[in-house]
Amino acid sequence: MKRAGSAVLALVLAGLAALMAWIVTRPVQPGRDVPAHIAGSIGDSGVSHPVTAVLLNFRGYDTLLELVVLLVALAGVRCLAPLPPPRGGAPVGGVLSELASLLLPVLVLVALYLLWAGASRPGGAFQGGALLAAAGILALLAGRDRFLWRFEHRLWPLASLGVGVFLIVAAGTLGGSGVLLGLPPGHAGTLILVIEGFALFSIAVTLVALFLGTGELEDREP
Amino acid sequence: MTGQALYAVVGCALFCLGFHALVVAAHPLRRLLAVNVMGSSVFLVLVAGSAPGDPLPQALVITGIVVAVAATALGLNLLLRLSVPAADGESGGGESGNGRQPS
Amino acid sequence: MNGAALLPLLVLWPLAGGLLALVAPRGVRFVLGAGTTGNLVLALSLAAALPAAGPFNHAVGGWGAPLGIALRADGLSTVLVLITAFVAPLLALHASAAYAGPERRYFTGLFLLCLAALNGLFVAGDLFNLYVTLELLGLSAVALAALGGGPTALAASLRYLLATLTGSLLYLLGVALLYRAAGTLDLAQLAGQGTGLPGGPLAFALMAAGLLLKAAVFPLHFWLPPAHANATPPVSAALSGLVVKAPLYLVLRLWLSIYDGAWPLVAELLAALGAAGVLWCSLQAVLQPRAKLLVAYSTVAQLGYLLIALALVPAAGLTAYGAFVLLLVSHVLAKAGLFLAVGNLARRARHDRIDGFERVVQHMPLSAGAIALAGVSLMGLPPSGGFSGKWLLLQAGIATGAWWLVGVVLLGGLLAAVYIFKLIEHTFGGSDRPDATALPRRMEWAALALGGSAVGLGFLGQPLLALLGGLP
Repeated sequence: MKRAGSAVLALVLAGLAALMAWIVTRPVQPGRDVPAHIAGSIGDSGVSHPVTAVLLNFRGYDTLLELVVLLVALAGVRCLAPLPPPRGGAPVGGVLSELASLLLPVLVLVALYLLWAGASRPGGAFQGGALLAAAGILALLAGRDRFLWRFEHRLWPLASLGVGVFLIVAAGTLGGSGVLLGLPPGHAGTLILVIEGFALFSIAVTLVALFLGTGELEDREP
Repeated sequence: MTGQALYAVVGCALFCLGFHALVVAAHPLRRLLAVNVMGSSVFLVLVAGSAPGDPLPQALVITGIVVAVAATALGLNLLLRLSVPAADGESGGGESGNGRQPS
Repeated sequence: MNGAALLPLLVLWPLAGGLLALVAPRGVRFVLGAGTTGNLVLALSLAAALPAAGPFNHAVGGWGAPLGIALRADGLSTVLVLITAFVAPLLALHASAAYAGPERRYFTGLFLLCLAALNGLFVAGDLFNLYVTLELLGLSAVALAALGGGPTALAASLRYLLATLTGSLLYLLGVALLYRAAGTLDLAQLAGQGTGLPGGPLAFALMAAGLLLKAAVFPLHFWLPPAHANATPPVSAALSGLVVKAPLYLVLRLWLSIYDGAWPLVAELLAALGAAGVLWCSLQAVLQPRAKLLVAYSTVAQLGYLLIALALVPAAGLTAYGAFVLLLVSHVLAKAGLFLAVGNLARRARHDRIDGFERVVQHMPLSAGAIALAGVSLMGLPPSGGFSGKWLLLQAGIATGAWWLVGVVLLGGLLAAVYIFKLIEHTFGGSDRPDATALPRRMEWAALALGGSAVGLGFLGQPLLALLGGLP
């Protein structure tokens, strides 16, 4: 019975896939040319790379909400009861340890470079933040978890820095010019860099904390 | 069919594959993986279905990836919490006041 | 204050509050109170400014569409923001007594972020921005559902997470098709275009399917009863009252604005699903031995009425539109009050088997009263918001020749009476059991305020419909 249902579903979905494929391969003439709009306004955006301009200026509101989504996931994870610490596992071998020693500084540097380069080239807070988080996870996997003590009791303030700075800019622009996230063209580049810098750090902290899951990080008791 | 259109078609196929796995699979981890495949497929359709070089869908996909990562992290931790007995001997979630406080 | 500037504030204020609660756990009680009260002030200001200044529009960043994101508030959005803002402080009042310790901090943070997501969704005017707010709403709801729960709650939350993610992805796939064809994500720019675009109908089918899954519409409702029944009472109230309404609002918004309410077949399908949901889930509610599951199934049943009203809007116009809004608002109030009251009973009795709630009215008269009042609205008895809504629904049905609707509403009302009386019979009747865990009074007052408001809405229908204005 279950096999029959599964087969029927497969047939229906195959039909849906065919329909979608047909629609997606038909040429379209959209009424609006977004790339042209972007090219026209990028001069006032403060950065020269169009994707960064869209992410941090034209549609920065989406980016703000998405950073909040990360924090919500972290909150959901942190309020679960802690898991017991993992048992056993192989001791950290020579290759992993050496590779970590080589890679960790490189990863941190490249992450910071991506932050800087994001204004004119592919890069930015998310890409750099993901790389920095990868560095943190590599360190943990290689047994170098001593850096964690800096984050004990400070997880939430550190993870919230990105959203916090973004909120301050948002409130400032709303109060100043009455337009939410209306970055003044002269200072837009600097503001974007500041927001991205704090966001990069917070994204990395949040991703590593999500990787650690429940427990393992003492937090301040209310 | 142009190269870009091929990606879009693959995206549609992957979406339906992932959906099928989501419904049919028994283990929650496989369902979570299926949802991830579906997510990636939608991002593929979003980018490959638009004009070549259009920056807007690329920015949307970056946002979407972050959201998907957050959701997957939450799902995996819920799953872990369900499958592993708690530190204080209970299985599943804890009540506040029992054992270590959730922090 | 400039009306258009209120729109971003409605999102920023609860957002800042939620963040503060997570970062600084010491002031959590204050943050919860200030967050929800401030939000209510903002919502009231919006509602006050709306009649004079008309629908509001705020272009974020000063960039117009299709480049930037627009925030918009018309009558429908304002009413929804207002009802959310009214319920939130009452839920906060209840929760301030229900939670303690670290859970209170996470509840406050997640609840305020959920509130920000709801506000953001109701004022959003951009398809992708709606996706992000939908995800924020879904994830905060899942986290709230898992908060402080045991294995059953966690399993239910995981299923909820999978359902909500699937719904979001279906929606996003539809958005991808629309952007591809139209070159814009702005609702105003897409207005009326949907039927003519290549892939437009398929995009609507995908978006609607995803949103109906998130709204737990029959037969996609499998995830709701366990998730809502196993959460803590203020969370259940928020989930059943508010969170599950947002996708339904979105279906109406998209159908009317982008697609002009096209395709009578869609209307018939939605109405059929709604009717089936009302009858099947009311029956399921009658059969439940546990109070919280009864209330959860009642939620899906009542959502069926909303769906029928939604389906009738293109054909019956303002009558069905008014029915939709009245039914929605009264259900928000009644269901939130009911979940809080039942939660109070369960907390006192330490279980939620209905036949174990004996003679509670003597010890918890306020909660018992809340159940009765909320029940009046759910059954559709006059005077109550539920009655006004059903009255308009019947009018809309008769105007469009949908005579079967009369049967569904009558039968649904009858079944609702059965399960409400099942609850009341045990709380007002039975033998007395004097043992009790004393409950803080404000937990009961919150429930009573909500149930009473559901009934009181029966007298406020006209002003509400006036605020609502014409069809969007």
